[in-house]
Parts: sequence; C-alpha cells; structure tokens
Amino acid sequence: MLNLAKIGHFFLHLWRGVRELSGDDAYVQYLKHHAAFHANAVDVAPALSRKAFFKLWQDSQWKDVRRCC
Amino acid sequence: MNKTLKLIIWVAVAILGAFALSAIALNRGESINALWLITAAACIYAISYRFYAAWIAAKVLVIDETRATPAERLDNGRDYMPTNKWVVFGHHFAAIAGPGPLVGPTLAAQFGYLPGTLWILIGAVLGGAVQDMVTLFFSTRRNGRSLGQMARDEIGVIGGTAALVGTFLIMIILIAVLGLVVVNAMKHSPWATSTVAATIPIAMIIGIYMRQIRPGRVLEASAIGVVLLLLSVLAGGWIDHHETLRTYFDHDGLPLAYAIIVYGFAAAVLPVWLLLAPRDYLSTYMKLGTVVLLAVAIVMLRPEIHMPAVTQFTDGSGPIFGGKLFPFVFITIACGAISGFHALIASGTTPKLLANERDIRMIGYGAMLLESFVAIMAMIAATVLEPGVFFAINSPAGVVGKDAIDAVAKINSWGYAVTVEQMNQLAKDMGESSLFARTGGAPSLAVGMASIFGSAFGKHLLALWYHFAIMFEAIFILTTLDAGTRVGRFMLQDMLGNFNKKLGETSYMPSVIFTSAIVVAGWGYFLYIGVIDPNGGVNILWPLFGIANQMLAAIALCVATGILVKSGKLKYVWVTALPLAWLVTITTTAAWQKIFSDDIRVGFFAAANDLSTKLAAGVLPADKAAVAPQLIFNQQLDAYLTLFFVAMLWIVIIDMLIVCVHALQGKRVLPLSDTPYIRTGI
Repeated sequence: MLNLAKIGHFFLHLWRGVRELSGDDAYVQYLKHHAAFHANAVDVAPALSRKAFFKLWQDSQWKDVRRCC
Repeated sequence: MNKTLKLIIWVAVAILGAFALSAIALNRGESINALWLITAAACIYAISYRFYAAWIAAKVLVIDETRATPAERLDNGRDYMPTNKWVVFGHHFAAIAGPGPLVGPTLAAQFGYLPGTLWILIGAVLGGAVQDMVTLFFSTRRNGRSLGQMARDEIGVIGGTAALVGTFLIMIILIAVLGLVVVNAMKHSPWATSTVAATIPIAMIIGIYMRQIRPGRVLEASAIGVVLLLLSVLAGGWIDHHETLRTYFDHDGLPLAYAIIVYGFAAAVLPVWLLLAPRDYLSTYMKLGTVVLLAVAIVMLRPEIHMPAVTQFTDGSGPIFGGKLFPFVFITIACGAISGFHALIASGTTPKLLANERDIRMIGYGAMLLESFVAIMAMIAATVLEPGVFFAINSPAGVVGKDAIDAVAKINSWGYAVTVEQMNQLAKDMGESSLFARTGGAPSLAVGMASIFGSAFGKHLLALWYHFAIMFEAIFILTTLDAGTRVGRFMLQDMLGNFNKKLGETSYMPSVIFTSAIVVAGWGYFLYIGVIDPNGGVNILWPLFGIANQMLAAIALCVATGILVKSGKLKYVWVTALPLAWLVTITTTAAWQKIFSDDIRVGFFAAANDLSTKLAAGVLPADKAAVAPQLIFNQQLDAYLTLFFVAMLWIVIIDMLIVCVHALQGKRVLPLSDTPYIRTGI
C-alpha cells in the first residue's frame, strides 16, 4: 500500500523547494537569519518590513551576470 | 547496494550507450528513431558523471567536504547564503540555459544530425561540463570572484583585461544575433508580433504587483503572469484573424528591429523591478516547463528523424551558413557543448550560494549535462522535419531566391523534396502567411516543436502550439537582451569609472543613459546590418558569436590550467589543457578562414571585395546596390573584430604559458589567491 504520509511529505518538500527557488520565501528566510544572527545583540536595527526587504533583495539580484546564452 | 550488482548495472549502461551510439553513427539511408539519440545521450551523461566527474572532483580538484564555503563564512542573508543544493542547481541551470542551445543545433542541422549530435555529447562531457565545474570550484575557493578577477589574480593584468573586454564584446554580438532571431520570427506575422508585444505590459503588471501591491509574493504574481501569457497566445490568434487589427502588427524586418532597439534602451534604463525581473520570472517558468514538456513528448512519441546523418553541405556550401564541417560545426554549436559564457555564472553568482564543496560536481558538471540534453532535444526537433521543409524555412532569400517557386526548385536541386503546396499548407496549419526564409532557427524549431506537441496533444491546435513556441523563445531571448544590455552597461560604467569617477556610478542618471545608449547602439548596429543583409545576417553574426563564446571558454580554461600548474598538479593538467587545445585549434582555424578565405560565403574580406567589384561594375540590382556600401563596411569591420578576438585569445594563452613555465622552473609567479582553510560548522 502506498504510504500517504510519505507522499504528502514529498510534496511538502517539493513545494518548499519551489518557494525557495523562486524567492517566494526570501522574506521569511531573512527574518530567520535576522533573528538568529542578532539574537544577542543589544542595539540592533529592527528587521526590515516585507516591502523594504523585497526592494533590497530584488535590486541585489541583478548586479551580476545572471542570464546567459 | 551490493558492489557486484553496481558493477553489473554500470557495465549494462555502458553497453547500452555504445549500442545506441553505434546505431546512430552507423545508420545510413533509412530514417532513425529519436529515442536512439536520447538513449545514447542518457548513457553517456550517466557514465561521465559517475566516473569522470567524480574522478576530477576527488583527484584533480581534491574537493574537501570539511572546508567552509564562502556562503557559510560570509553569510549575509542575501547574496552570500548557504542554500539547498537542488535550489542552487535550479538557479544555476536557469542562468546558463538560454536560447543558445536551441538555436545552435538547429542551424548546425544543415550538416545532418550526426556531426552536431556527436559534438554536443563529446564537447559537453569532456569540455563544457569540465569548464563549468572547475571554474565553479576555483571561484568557490576564492570567495566567489569573477572570471576576470581570477584571470588578473592568477595570470596577470593582461589576462584579466582581455577577459573583461572579451566579455563585453561577446555580449554585444550575442544580443544582436538574438535580436535578429526574434525579428525573423516576427516579420509579417501579426500573431507572433502581437503576442511578443503583449509580453511587455504583462511583465510590467507582474512587476508592479510584486513590488507594490503584494510585495514579495513571487509565486502568486508569476502564476497570474503565466495565465496572462497563455491568454496572449490565444489573443494573438484572434488579432491575426481581425481585418484591421492585424495590419497594426504586420511589419517588415527593419521597423521591428527599430522597435527592439528602442525597447532594449528602455529596458536598460527603467528600474529592474518594472520590466526585467518580472520578465525573467515568467521566462524561467516557461523555459523549465517547455523543456520538460518537450522531453515528455519526445519519449512518448518517439518521432522518426528524417534528416540524413550527414548531408553534402559538409563541403562548405551550406545554405544557412557557409563553411566546412571542420571547424564550423564546433563554432555553430557553442552552448550545449561548451560555452564560455557559463564561466561568468559559475564564477560570481553560484559559488556564493554553495553550502558545501561536495555539491560542486552536481551543480557545475550536472547542470551542463542538462543543458547539453536541451541541445540534443533541439537537434531532434529540427531533424524530425522533412529536410526539404527544414531548408525551405531556414535558407535565406539571398541564397534560394525570394520567390517560392525558385526557392523550392533550388532546394529540390540539392536532392531534398519539398513543394510550394506543401509549404503553403504548413504555413496555413501554423497560422502564418509564409514560412520561407525565416532564418535563425526559432521558426523551424517552433514548427518542429508544434508538430511534436501536435501529435502528442492534438493536431487541430498546431497554430497555437507554433505561436506558443515562438512566444516561449521570444520571451527568454528578450530577457537575455534586457539582462545583457544591463550587464554590458555595468561593465562599461566600471571601465569608464577608471577615467571619470562620476561615470562609474551606477545610479548617476546621465551616466546610465550615456552608457546604455552606447551598449544599445553597439548591438543595434549589428542587428540593423543583419536585417538589411539579403543573406539573412545570421550567417555572419552566429559564427562571430560562436568564435567569441569559444574564445571566452578558452580564457576560462587558461585560468584553470594556470591554477592547476601553479598548484603542482602537472600530471592532471590535461583535464583542462586538452579541451583548451581543441578550442584554440577550432577558434583559430575558424577565425583564419573567416578573415582570409577566398570563398565569399566564408571570408569577410573576400565578401567585401566581391561586393565592391560588383558595385563598381554596376551589376547589382537597385535594392542591393543601395545597401551595398554598408554591407561592405560591415564585412570589413567583422574581419577586424575577428582578428581582435583571436589576438586577444593568443595573448592570454601566451601569458598563461609564461606563468606555467616560470612556475615549473621555480621562478616567482603571482601567488595562488585561494582563501585559507576554515573548518565548516554546518
């Protein structure tokens, strides 16, 4: 018999991969990163808003050669 | 798994691969099934990945799983970030696989299916994938430095400058030739033109949605975009049937070329989020989706290949581009076999995401094998067409004549059956007025894809499939055009910044407009000449692009070879030196022929002289005489450009050889610039 839980798990992973690949979850990752790296700092700037982060993230994506032939 | 069982499986793969390869290589006369090509390719990729790539990783590069990568050490949550290997693979593949592996094999199919197929397979496993993998490795060991920086650090200032200037010029040529491919697909096709035009406002809507309305909701926005794109294909069909609307989108090549030039300038000056970034999302989904769909359709349908294994055009008389099999098949198919452009992605963007060095084999070597597979599918899509039809679509009017009857008679005289009725019926099926002389590869690929998809998912939808394929190719050609113009602008600003600080600022608007205008004027010039050239322009631009791209690959392999020698790995240096020697041989031979050949279809100077003589004698018809002076100037310019490329290549090689000899003699050379070992904490 097929293991439904395993199949569900597989699709969950796939969905996470698609989100990560497209940058859909970039803000969530950023918040995690921010919390992890600045957890013990005292006077650190608060995390950026979703809009402000996306702006920075998208602009930094296009600084290098990103597409070729 | 049991060791013996593993061995048995790999021996079976090897035997199957050898059998499939001999089936395609030894087949003469009868048609052959496309599944043989797929089987041979899959077996060769599997074996080379399992054994050759693993050996390079372990013995030559000595990959160290315990070493922290730049992504881990410099993690900033944005460009440096340890990332899941499948996600990095996806990013890397989406970046390296553009329109190149689709167009090159389609053009090279004029030699028959065999030469191109063999080069795609051998070139990829011994050359292209090795180049990508070693460049990725060396850049990872150097904090993700770019190829140009590595060339400067390891070989010297001359090598670094040559790499930089070379990259800039190849970008100009690449954009021009891709623009030409789109123009040839759109001319006098209201359906194609209106669909391609619709992609611009669609991208803008998605851009505004992602940035302003629902910031960061990338997937949501993309889903809307893909639906709108598919609707635009349907709407294009409706416009095409509308008496007055269709006239707005029915144009000659030249106005379309001007439109693309204006568009390219606008795209380079507008902010990325409005046009470039959203278009890139859409094109990436379209690209991945269509590649998977094509693979499924080919495996399901197992179409027969109708093109002979080898045609008579190996003697250099080919209608699509002039020049003998050697060296021109190796120049025509760059992407898919070995592409220097990849070295720019493999150094710079990708190494900043690697979580562990052990992922280098899969991402560097594996992604290139997948691109090579895309090239094989393009070759299949081109060669399942009847050869007569293939040549009718791809031969420029300057070779076969403007009139359909003349063109058909000429193609029949080569021994390939095709009739005017057949071509008219095909054009009607595809919803076009004519498919003659649509040089450039995109339309014949679209016809091939439409017929494959059509027999898999329903024949009555042929016209829709055709325009879907055109839209699909156009959208990522335009993405490359936007992105390339922008990168070209950054490079130019970087270079000019050495002379004037203000010009180097990427946000200083006068400099943005000035440098964008220079880059657009550069490729716009070659695009313009390509459109007015009665021989199609592709025959000039594509070899120039191939030579430039292979030259960049040679520079990347030079850097790698230099580093291997300096690290004391002389006994393994053949891994990069062998493909390097081959590239130097083909680019130098091709450049020599393009400059000095007496054949007016090969030699730039010969063509220029021939045209001047005819112009002076007054034997040219009025329309050709009007453009002749510009064509003469362009042929001469192309000759000097080729000379420049090859000179640049040899300067880097000699520079590299001097460094190697000095290193071997124990003299002082630039030290290796890799970062010191730090243990990984992940």
